[in-house]
Amino acid sequence: MLSATPAVSLGPGMSSRLAISAAAGEPDRAWVSALRVAGPKRDEAIARLHNLLVRAARHEVSRRRAALSHVRGEELDDLALQAADDALVAVLAKLDDYRGASRFTTWAYKFALLEAGVRLRRRAWQEREVVLEPEAWPLMAGAGKSPQSQAETGELMQAVKHAIDGCLTEHQREVLVALALNGVPLDVLAERLGTTRGALYKTLHDARRKLRTDLAQRGFTLDSI
Amino acid sequence: MDKRTHDDTLKRLLGPAEPELLCEECFEKIDEYVELELQGAEADDRIPGMRAHLEGCPACREDYDSLRELVQSGQPNN
Repeated sequence: MLSATPAVSLGPGMSSRLAISAAAGEPDRAWVSALRVAGPKRDEAIARLHNLLVRAARHEVSRRRAALSHVRGEELDDLALQAADDALVAVLAKLDDYRGASRFTTWAYKFALLEAGVRLRRRAWQEREVVLEPEAWPLMAGAGKSPQSQAETGELMQAVKHAIDGCLTEHQREVLVALALNGVPLDVLAERLGTTRGALYKTLHDARRKLRTDLAQRGFTLDSI
Repeated sequence: MDKRTHDDTLKRLLGPAEPELLCEECFEKIDEYVELELQGAEADDRIPGMRAHLEGCPACREDYDSLRELVQSGQPNN
């Protein structure tokens, strides 16, 4: 069954509402045309589209199977089908946004990969605790580097720690630590915090800008990072 | 004093130095970006900020890798 609205959202989104580019190929125009006009032709196009989205979702499952070896194959295929269903809803809802900048099939695929990827990341973390306190600081020593390089890295790391403690809001600090130090996937943290990937990445982005600004003011050269 | 380092953890903490797209903009353009790359076009010139975002955002990076792999594996008959 299709849900009324797509299950996955990155955030508010960008609705361009532009006409299809003249560069779009005839097959792409045919897809859009068939999906717009009610009738048997549309039903047939929707069935073909759904098949493509299932293919894409199963591709995503296949890429992640190693990380999900503890999950039964039937459950993974069910997740793929759910992802394809929700991607179909999203594609049809956003049909007016398709501008022909890529092939229609490539454009449609990305919705299925997003839906499947989010589901699979969340499934992989289903029984895992999300830790918002630093877990990885001790692993930061520059193994294999020269003593001078290790000292420089250590000095920079101390400055980064100082900046994290002194410049960031509590929310920025928690998000940065969870994502950048503890390896929590963005979509998993977004779900636990009741927000979207886009909003959370904006928080991470702003936190990183603050750190870079603070470090630059302290005289650190960050060109290579 | 040279304080440069290539530590992966620092890269994750500090993110890309260059201006970058955010996730919604990345999703909006990722299909075009992948096709430009596969055509050998100047994808980074046409869509500035995408490469930096893919370096900074692991989730979008995975979506990009997957889409590129899927498209490379062959388009269906339209």
